[in-house]
Amino acid sequence: MSDADEAARAAERVARDSYGRLVAFLAARTRDVAGAEDALSEAFAAALRLWPTDGIPDNPDAWLLTVARRRQTDAVRRRQTRNAGEGHLKLIADEIEKAAATPETIPDRRLALMFACAHPAIERGMRAPLILQTILGMTAEDISAAFLIPPATMGQRLVRAKARIKDAGIPFAVPEPEDLAERLEAVLDAIYAAYTKGWSEVGEEGVPEFAGEAIWLGRLLVSLLPAEPEAKGMLALMLYAESRRPARRDASGAYVPLEQQDTSLWDDSQIRFAEALLHEANKAGPSGRYQLEAAIQSAHTARRLANQANWPTIVALYDHLLARTHSPVVVLNRAVALAETEGAGAALRSLAPLADDKRMQSYQPYWAALGHLSAGAGDKQRAIEALTVAIGLTTDPAVRTYLHGRIDALRDG
Amino acid sequence: MRYMMLIHHDDAAMAAADQKQLWADYAAFNEALNKAEGASGGERLEPAKEGTIVRANDVLDGPYADTKEQFAGYFFVEAADLDEAVAWAKRCPSSRFGSIEIRPVHVPKGNWK
Repeated sequence: MSDADEAARAAERVARDSYGRLVAFLAARTRDVAGAEDALSEAFAAALRLWPTDGIPDNPDAWLLTVARRRQTDAVRRRQTRNAGEGHLKLIADEIEKAAATPETIPDRRLALMFACAHPAIERGMRAPLILQTILGMTAEDISAAFLIPPATMGQRLVRAKARIKDAGIPFAVPEPEDLAERLEAVLDAIYAAYTKGWSEVGEEGVPEFAGEAIWLGRLLVSLLPAEPEAKGMLALMLYAESRRPARRDASGAYVPLEQQDTSLWDDSQIRFAEALLHEANKAGPSGRYQLEAAIQSAHTARRLANQANWPTIVALYDHLLARTHSPVVVLNRAVALAETEGAGAALRSLAPLADDKRMQSYQPYWAALGHLSAGAGDKQRAIEALTVAIGLTTDPAVRTYLHGRIDALRDG
Repeated sequence: MRYMMLIHHDDAAMAAADQKQLWADYAAFNEALNKAEGASGGERLEPAKEGTIVRANDVLDGPYADTKEQFAGYFFVEAADLDEAVAWAKRCPSSRFGSIEIRPVHVPKGNWK
C-alpha cells in the first residue's frame, strides 16, 4: 500500500468512526436510526470524498455536524412549508443544533446502538448488516455483495429492520447485568458473521474489506466493554484467523489447507495480540464459546514452534465446545482433529450422526471433510464421491481447483 | 420454497473456457444437487438458434431474443428463502459464463371454490 493509499484509508477510518458515533448519538436521542443516517448522509459522503485528499479536520465530529446542520436546516424549512407535521425531522435538526454547539462532549452511544441492532426482535440474519450500516456507514450495495443478496433486497430489509427498531420500541441501552451475557452473544455473533463474510475475500479492487471492518468493530467492542471476556475471545478468534490470511494461497493463487500452510507466513504481531487477549479473557473465569474457539486456534499456532499442532488439546477443547453448543459444525471440526489423534476410521465413525442431518446435504465443509477422512481411511471410492459433491457446492475457484487436484491424485494413486 | 433456476449462457464465453474443467464442475454440481432434498436436476437445451418461435399465426426461427446471453437450461431447488436459492445459483458453473435467473414457483392459493 502506498503512503497516499494509507493516508486515504486513515481518513476513511476517521470518517466512519465519527459518522458511527454521531448516528448512534442522534438515534439514541430520537429513536430514529433512518432519520439520523439521513441527516448525516450528505456530510458523510462529503467527508469520504474530501478528507482523503484535503486531510482530516481537527475536529471530525464538528466538521460533520456543521455540514449536516446546514443541510438539515434547509430540509426542515422546505418540508415545513409543505407539511407542518414533520416533527421528527425538526427533532433531529434540534439535536444536531445542540450537538454542534459542544461537539467535544458528544457521548459515545455506539454500544447502545449495537445492542439495538442485535436485539432479539431483529431478524438474526439482518443484525450484522444493520451494524455494518449504522456503525460503519456501509451502503446496502456494499453489504449485499458480501452477503450474496441482491442490493435492492438488502436495502428493503435494512429499511424494514430500522422501522422495526422505531416501531417496536427497541431500547437504545446497554442491557442490565443479568441480561448482558445473552444479549452480548447476539452482538458478538453479528460481528463475527461480518468477519466470516469477509473471510474468503482476496482483496479485489473496489470491494470493501469486511474482515478488516469486523476486526475494527471487535476492537471497538472490547474498548467499550473492557470487562467482558467473550468480547476479547471473539476478537482473538478473528485475529488468529486473520494472521493466517497470507498463507492461505500460494504464489500462484492456489488454495493451501491449514495443515500444509507455511507457518513462517503467519502474521506474528496478530498472533501475539490474539494470545494476549485470550490470556486476559481466560483470567476472568469460565470460558464461553468464543474463548474456546480462540483457544483451539491458539493450539493450532503451536505448529510454529513444535512443528505440529497440539492435537490432543484441540480435540479436548472441541469436546468442551460440543457439550456447550451441540453444533454439527463442531462435530465436523472435531472429527478432523480426531483423525490426527485416533485415526481416520475413528473420525469417520464420529461423523455418522451427521449423515441424516439435512443441513449437511448442502454444507460444503461436510463433504470436503468426509472426502478427506475417507481418503485417509483408504476408501477411495467414497472419498471421490464426497469430494465431487464438495466441488459442486464450492463457489471459491481456488478451493475448487484444490479439490479437483485431490480427486486426480486419488484416481492416479 | 420452490425455485426454478433459469440459466442464460453467453455461448462465446462458455466455448472459451477449459471444457474438461467445465464439465467436471458441472458433473460435480449435479452430484451436489442430487444430494439436496427437493432439488431436481433440470435439462440442458440445444443452442437457441435451434429453437422455433410461434406467435399467433407466425412461425419464426430462433433465437427468440437478440442478446448475448441465451436461455440455455434450467433446474429446480427447494430453499428456505431467497438467500439459499442465491447460494445455489452461485454454485452453478453457468453463473460464471452468463446469468441465473431465480424465479419462485407460483403456489395456487386454492381458495377459489
